[in-house]
Amino acid sequence: MIHFVVHDENDSVGVVVVEGVKAGATLTGWIMDQDKEITFKAANDIPIGHKLAIKPLAKGDTVIKYGTDIGRVVADIGLGEHAHIQNIKTKRW
Amino acid sequence: MDLSKATFLGYKRENGRIGVRNHVIILPVDDLSNAAAEAVANNIKGTMALPHPYGRLQFGADLDLHFRTLIGTGANPNVAAVVVICIEEGWAKKVADGIAATGKPVAYFGIEQHGDHDTIMRASKKAKEFVQWASELRREERPLGDLWVSTKCGESDTTSGCGANPTVGNAFDKLYPHGTTLCFGETTELTGGEHLVAARCRTDEVRKKFQFMFDRYQAVVERHKTSDLSDSQPTKGNIEGGLTTIEEKALGNIQKIGRKCMVDGVIDKAETPTGPGLWFMDSSSAAAEMLTLLGAAGFVVHFFPTGQGNVIGNPILPVIKLCANPRTVRTMSEHVDVDVSGLLRKEMSPDQAGDALLDCMFRTANGRLTAAEALGHREFVLTRLYESA
Repeated sequence: MIHFVVHDENDSVGVVVVEGVKAGATLTGWIMDQDKEITFKAANDIPIGHKLAIKPLAKGDTVIKYGTDIGRVVADIGLGEHAHIQNIKTKRW
Repeated sequence: MDLSKATFLGYKRENGRIGVRNHVIILPVDDLSNAAAEAVANNIKGTMALPHPYGRLQFGADLDLHFRTLIGTGANPNVAAVVVICIEEGWAKKVADGIAATGKPVAYFGIEQHGDHDTIMRASKKAKEFVQWASELRREERPLGDLWVSTKCGESDTTSGCGANPTVGNAFDKLYPHGTTLCFGETTELTGGEHLVAARCRTDEVRKKFQFMFDRYQAVVERHKTSDLSDSQPTKGNIEGGLTTIEEKALGNIQKIGRKCMVDGVIDKAETPTGPGLWFMDSSSAAAEMLTLLGAAGFVVHFFPTGQGNVIGNPILPVIKLCANPRTVRTMSEHVDVDVSGLLRKEMSPDQAGDALLDCMFRTANGRLTAAEALGHREFVLTRLYESA
């Protein structure tokens, strides 16, 4: 069963595609572009549609999704942690 | 899906364009004429009023856009005939003349010196004549190249970028070689991915025009913003759905133009493309505004991917909704025409999802009502460029 999807293997985040993911759950991820599977442990409860970090991200790092820059890290994000507005901001506007 | 011999059933209009609906519309030019227009539509069954809140004391480019949108809406091939009503007869005539250039039946009425009662009576007589005439028009088989298909997404979330939007992209890539006229837009929602769109432009001239439109809209944001726009772009619904930044939203958005089609041309708001291929329209990313502009540009079927569940429709443009978010498909099923949530469970391939959307497109073009049409969603929202005088 697929719990999260990743667009490209170089991306720093994946997207949870099932409801009810709880901290500690073991999640299976599907890397779509390379058609590979990976496994991660969720560090937090993560709602459907929200992201988890699949690479460790430090403050100031660039977040990559779709193989492209989607913003900057404003607070460190550990592996499997919920990655969203509390730790990522736009570089635009 | 082999589209080489694919056809659909449409209404051939006087100017050669093909419609997939046969509406008789009662079109108010301004806010003051809504009451009369709605009364006429109430009197004459099978007609539809398109009320809106604008049209007074607009000037310059904003007024030009107002007229272009109203004339384009009346001229759309999904519309068989039009009754135009305005407080001032001169402007009713201006809009009617613009629509009449297509050759379709149009009548216009001014309210001043007549009052609502007399206007409603005169306009109702004409509307009855039009709707009875239109009801005898018949569909004919047409090649796929006669279809104009637009796209814009709404209440997007991360599932839009990995499911519903790539499905539109898959369908666009399949339609493109058949001479279909296609369109996307949402200028600010390309922010962070504008270089990817620029790279897809067919010629340097197209690229230059795209960049001009993009920079022009960024200047509007820079001039008026009070924050990083994180309260509006992404929207609260986008953020609830897991989208974090405008860049992430834009990269998901751009999935709608597929991987093969090139951007063949760029048009301003509510302008009509001059040939087949994929067009970029400079536009707001607000759903009802952009769909109204696309209807005015002449598009006859619309692909609307949603994640969190936007419920939009349009009075003249059938809006096909597709969704990959299993929660939305479960909680808002009455709004979803094509469920592509299987994509994220690996139960459906991108190719199968694209075919499912195309299958729904043909059925919709042939006359099946979309969810939005059955539910009565007729959002008609005119884009304003600045204050009235």
